Amino acid sequence: MELAIFILTSLVAIVAALLVILQRNPIASVMYLMTTFVAQAILFIQLRAAFIAILQVIVYAGAIMVLFLFVIMLLNLRREDFGKDIKLKYKPLAVAFAVVLLIETLVVINASMIPALPGANLPATFGSVQGVGKELFTTYLYPFELTSVLLIVAILGAVVMAKKKL
Amino acid sequence: MLEFVLITVVKAVVVVTVLLLTCAWMTYAERKILARMQSRIGPNVAGWKGLLQPVADLVKLLFKEEVIPGGAQRTLYLLAPLLAFIPAMLPIAMIPFGSKITLFGREINLVIANYDNGLLFILAVASLSVYGIVMAGWSANSKYSLLGGLRSSAQMISYEIGIGMSLIGIVLLAGTLNLVDIVGQQNVWYKWFIFRQPIGFLLYFVCAIAETNRAPFDLPEAESELVAGYFTEYSSMRFGLFFVGEYANMVTVATVATTLFLGGWQGPFLPPVLWFIIKAVAVLFIYIWIRASLPRFRYDQLMKFGWYVVIPLALANILVTALVDLL
Repeated sequence: MELAIFILTSLVAIVAALLVILQRNPIASVMYLMTTFVAQAILFIQLRAAFIAILQVIVYAGAIMVLFLFVIMLLNLRREDFGKDIKLKYKPLAVAFAVVLLIETLVVINASMIPALPGANLPATFGSVQGVGKELFTTYLYPFELTSVLLIVAILGAVVMAKKKL
Repeated sequence: MLEFVLITVVKAVVVVTVLLLTCAWMTYAERKILARMQSRIGPNVAGWKGLLQPVADLVKLLFKEEVIPGGAQRTLYLLAPLLAFIPAMLPIAMIPFGSKITLFGREINLVIANYDNGLLFILAVASLSVYGIVMAGWSANSKYSLLGGLRSSAQMISYEIGIGMSLIGIVLLAGTLNLVDIVGQQNVWYKWFIFRQPIGFLLYFVCAIAETNRAPFDLPEAESELVAGYFTEYSSMRFGLFFVGEYANMVTVATVATTLFLGGWQGPFLPPVLWFIIKAVAVLFIYIWIRASLPRFRYDQLMKFGWYVVIPLALANILVTALVDLL
């Protein structure tokens, strides 16, 4: 059962992710990206990370993609705006980078540099809101606070760039 | 395992049926109450006192011709009503509408899913409901739809923040996101969160009205400027899906408000399910009452209100709640 759900969701995620880049219509791309995010959320639930799964939906699918959609709708791109002038000279470079990334991934997986999940003896609060929150505010307090500073700087930067006459 | 699945499916079917019927007769109740408040009679032809009006409306919608405007993005145009309708139906799964009952010798929880992150789930699903509206507005290739869709997405993003923040006070006090546990903590009337979080309740209700695009925040469909907003071009049952979705959203808001602020299904004498229905219907009535009383906001007023009033107030509410809870 769990394996069937995993395979199905992974397939949906991969196909939707491919369609994001194979689409010409930007709005359709956004919708496929959203599908990928929701499928990823289901995969997170299977990894017993329910909190991350819900954050994934709220933050990525619910907020960020809506802003993407907003911008694309306001730009009002037409079909002719895409297609012909894709710069072909970057193609070899892109392929090279993709190959490097693929090899890197394979090496990392083979060398099993990712520590295996301690499957059976997980604490009861693993992945729950309480568990994640406690870790964030104790073990990872400084990275967490630094991230919030970074976010505030980013917000201020956006405001300053958007409203130059402020 | 099989038994669990079976019980859940039965519960889901019953709840969704009740939800859909509520939505249908909610349209009747709204028209009737609005009419009375404006010294009119309202629908009174179909059935006794017009009670069959929703059936007549449904039949009419089903048999209307479906028109797809030229130049529309066909797939998205056809998909949008479903994207608006499904998120409206989902949150009801997390709402406990009664305590346990014993049926055929089995104890049955009167909630479809007793989930630890229930509150977050509701917020997550609510954050997806904007897609249907944006898609509908964009794909119809009509300027009224587009303007309605744009307005609505801006409005929903703004007020979503308010909704989330207004509920944090409750989470702080209750120490849980499980709706069943939150109801359990309001076992006496003075422990209801409406008394412990009055500002939170007001903010939640205001944001919820804005989030469901209802008067006085119904700018996405302001008929005097935008014809019907994002679903201007829709016809037949796809129009009906938007319509039912809007009412399902209202019912969801009412049930969430009941669960979080009004003690859920708890009350003296009457059976729990009945108490739940009474409270939810009371909230729905206030919805209609507000629509009859207040004029529509202007768009800039709406955005200013959201960002300059609701969000700072909600933040202050969180701070005060956290301080009081600490002391």
